[in-house]
Amino acid sequence: MSLKNRTILSYAAVALLLILTGFLQSWSVTLVMINLCLISAIMALGVNIQWGYAGLFSAGTVGFTAVGGLAGVLISEAPIYEAWGVGGTGLAITVALLVTLVATIFGVMTLMTPGWKRRWVLTGTVLIGYFLIRLFFDEATDAIEKVDPASAGFLGGLGLPILLSWPVGGLLAALVAWGIGKVSLGLRADYLAIATLGIGEIVIAVIKNEDWLSRGVKNVAGLDRPVPREIDLQESPEFISWVERIHSGALEALTGDERAQALRDFVQYDSGIFVKLCFMALFAVVLLILFWLAQRSLNSPWGRMMRAIRDNEVAAEAMGKNVTKRHLQTFILGAAVVGIAGAMLTTLDGQLTPGTYNPLRYTFLIWVMVIVGGSGNNHGSVIGAFLIWFAWVQAEPAGAWFLDLVTSPLAEDNPVRLHLLDSAAHMRPFLMGLVLLLVMRFSPKGILPEPVRVGR
Amino acid sequence: MPDFVDILNALALMSNFVFVPALSYGAQLALGALGITLVFGILRFANFAHGDQMAFGTMVVVLVTFWLQAMGVSIDPVPTAFLALPIGIAVAILMSLGIDRTVYRFYRKRRVAPVIYVVASVGVMYLLNGLTRFVIGPDDQRFADGARFLINAREFKEMTGLAEGITIKVSQGLTVLISIIVVIALFWFLQKTRMGKAMRAYSDNEDLALLSGINPEKVVAVTWIIAATLATIAGTMYGLDKSFKPFTYFQLILPMFAAAIVGGIGQPVGAIVGGFIVAFSEVMLTYAYKKVALYLTHGGWEPEGLLQILSTEYKFAISFLILVVVLLVRPTGIFRGKVIT
Amino acid sequence: MSHLVGKDMRGGYGGADILNGCTIEVDKGQIAVVVGPNGAGKSTAMKALFGMLNLREGAVTLGGEDITALSPQDRVAKEMAFVPQTNNVFAGMTVEENLEMGAYLRHDDFTGTMEEIFDLFPILAEKRKQYAGELSGGQRQQVAVGRAMMMQPSVLMLDEPTAGVSPIVMDELFDRMIAIKRTGIAVLIVEQNARQALEIADIGYVLVSGENRYTDSGAALLADPEVRRAFLGG
Repeated sequence: MSLKNRTILSYAAVALLLILTGFLQSWSVTLVMINLCLISAIMALGVNIQWGYAGLFSAGTVGFTAVGGLAGVLISEAPIYEAWGVGGTGLAITVALLVTLVATIFGVMTLMTPGWKRRWVLTGTVLIGYFLIRLFFDEATDAIEKVDPASAGFLGGLGLPILLSWPVGGLLAALVAWGIGKVSLGLRADYLAIATLGIGEIVIAVIKNEDWLSRGVKNVAGLDRPVPREIDLQESPEFISWVERIHSGALEALTGDERAQALRDFVQYDSGIFVKLCFMALFAVVLLILFWLAQRSLNSPWGRMMRAIRDNEVAAEAMGKNVTKRHLQTFILGAAVVGIAGAMLTTLDGQLTPGTYNPLRYTFLIWVMVIVGGSGNNHGSVIGAFLIWFAWVQAEPAGAWFLDLVTSPLAEDNPVRLHLLDSAAHMRPFLMGLVLLLVMRFSPKGILPEPVRVGR
Repeated sequence: MPDFVDILNALALMSNFVFVPALSYGAQLALGALGITLVFGILRFANFAHGDQMAFGTMVVVLVTFWLQAMGVSIDPVPTAFLALPIGIAVAILMSLGIDRTVYRFYRKRRVAPVIYVVASVGVMYLLNGLTRFVIGPDDQRFADGARFLINAREFKEMTGLAEGITIKVSQGLTVLISIIVVIALFWFLQKTRMGKAMRAYSDNEDLALLSGINPEKVVAVTWIIAATLATIAGTMYGLDKSFKPFTYFQLILPMFAAAIVGGIGQPVGAIVGGFIVAFSEVMLTYAYKKVALYLTHGGWEPEGLLQILSTEYKFAISFLILVVVLLVRPTGIFRGKVIT
Repeated sequence: MSHLVGKDMRGGYGGADILNGCTIEVDKGQIAVVVGPNGAGKSTAMKALFGMLNLREGAVTLGGEDITALSPQDRVAKEMAFVPQTNNVFAGMTVEENLEMGAYLRHDDFTGTMEEIFDLFPILAEKRKQYAGELSGGQRQQVAVGRAMMMQPSVLMLDEPTAGVSPIVMDELFDRMIAIKRTGIAVLIVEQNARQALEIADIGYVLVSGENRYTDSGAALLADPEVRRAFLGG
């Protein structure tokens, strides 16, 4: 079968799977799943840019997701002027000191000759600078966190439309990726993996603990929405009349209170569906744009060069390509795409919940998607994202059903049975690990292999 | 000005909250990092599954300990876990060898790039993570028993008349003692035995080792046996010291990687030194020095804050910071490990 | 028939063949030297003899036994020793440990062999506790040869042993080769320094594009004006 037919068939299979879920489970559940599939597909595209294009293994996807999520809050929340009032000056001083510190460090680095003397001066500068900054910073953040802690206790954001946070999330993630790539690219491949694992943990720790910035584990709920809210729809006469028209057949037979009740039910259900469809449309547009860009870049001279570097780093270097610089570019691009998806995720959730950023879910699961879908193939990443997210969602009920089946000979209150049923949730990582290992071993090219390009 | 007793009190305070905890934590990290560094030296990849291999072995120890406790077996004052440790080690070894046989050997035969191993180790990590949680659940498990303290704070205060006490848990004392024994045994093995030298040779120059007739499969198997043993011991000590929680063990790979890289990856001595560097940095930077300052100024200066350099939530950031500094300043680590490309 | 024979060898690393039917033989107590221009397939021929390259055609025999299908490791067990051109010592191990690793497959007492090697290369005895990575290039080559000799091989193969060492060290190394062959070992050397190597060769092979161009005793090749003009720089 040609790759083209295989691709079409894969998309058809995914569509069929989702349609079946819609009929067998519920359309609402299916739409929720599709929306997360779309976001996952964007994340997978980002990881595929890093891994499939350039062979870079990053274990910090969760960090880039969280940075993107933070952008959602920073852009869309209304600014809390009181917090700025009490802490703004302190923060401004902090920033000024930080800039001074960095300038001093650069000054020392350029003016003094390397040696132990310079090392001591640098260490001293950093220490003094650190404590000085902490002095102002701690006071400012304390003050900010004391402002109405039950509902605020943070600086808020810029009060702009949340859609703007999508590109900004990408930018912030790119910035973080630039820093980490600068340090760890050019060394062994595993070092990038370790360093990104670290940055992932740190970004999450910051978002969890810097309450003045993100409210930490108190979460920021009720974020701005790019689509209408269900509650507004339910009160909008246009929407109600629209629902009336759609369901006219079902409503016809009813009268009076019965009819009103049925209409209310329809409106309630349909408003949920409508909102999810709006999200779906938005996400699909973003995915299509990013996909188009990713395909363009893959087939451009730049993409060709990236593949050449990936397949033979030594030769590429010998041909005068700056491998480290190219790697940095690709790494940043991939991280930016993940950051966009992170902001989209926060938008969909309507809240930032730092406690939910788990590397197993946001780093390694995306990896499984990319590798199962087919490293280096963008269609593969999308297919992988849909399939793996589907499996991830269904694994728990399926696992529970399976365990229920195998333990059915045991008594209802048998401790082994109860323990196993209780543990069904942990089937997920086990299954994902198994899938990853099996695909790597028996079908390393994934569902949709990287196309063999002429002249490569 | 502080008087002599103030200084002693400050020292006792520091010993109790910095020196003793950092020493035992450092020993635990060192054993873990040794496993990472050996696997890196022989199999040439950063094993992301190491933390979860540690969790798996420790889980077996915890379960056997629970069973022994239920049977009424006790070796007080030593924690029952020590009786269970050999079983945990044995199961962890079997698991490691099984994983090598089914996963890594395939890639070894094909001589794939190191990064493929890393991805495979991520798969193994997932698998073991799920397995561990499936069997024992994701929650904290406390399995320490036996005498709790070698020295407890009250006795210390009575003995010395100081206001500050020093507590040394039995598990901390045992951690340090066992680490010393294990490390000596390991170094003797690597320096003096035929197999140990073969391992060093293989790590040093794989092709030449093959030309000398060294059997790679045997070297790899011994490496996994050692790594699993060290990991289970380290994990059990950590669990006795704090508690056993699978996710914490997954997170431990970061300080362990940092320790291995700081010391110079592939260098056993480096892993040990690195383990202590990371542990001491972590504990010292997250300790609140307020009370120490009070003693040293004889109550003259009561600082407003806690005098804590970083809050404990950022302890993983310290590993990372150390990692970044090493990568920037000296990527080969203190003991010149094998690093660049 | 000679002790080690690679007959009509053809093969390469995928793509076009590098060896196009060349034959190389060496008997016990002999030094065979393979010379030729860059890219002639000298090193490849040696790798083929040692099983690091799969032959498409031709056969390798050792003491009359066909070993074409054996892996390099299996050939090591058959008392063939190979000294690679680069990375040929365990840099992080002492000289003594390097030698011990050479004897890895031996289960008897090898202190006698080690003494013999120290007699052959006295400098190694002096530096036995030093790390091989800290030695000079010439000393390292001695360690490399010593390591290979520890398993008391019947064939010793060296890939450009004098690359990058000074002329004095080179002469000394060649001297040692003669001493080694006198103990009844078959010595096969691939060399870039053709003139000096042929001086100690009992048999010389001039390879061009993976084929035997000239084969004769070392002295005869050195005397052949055509060989001199084309391969020895006049």
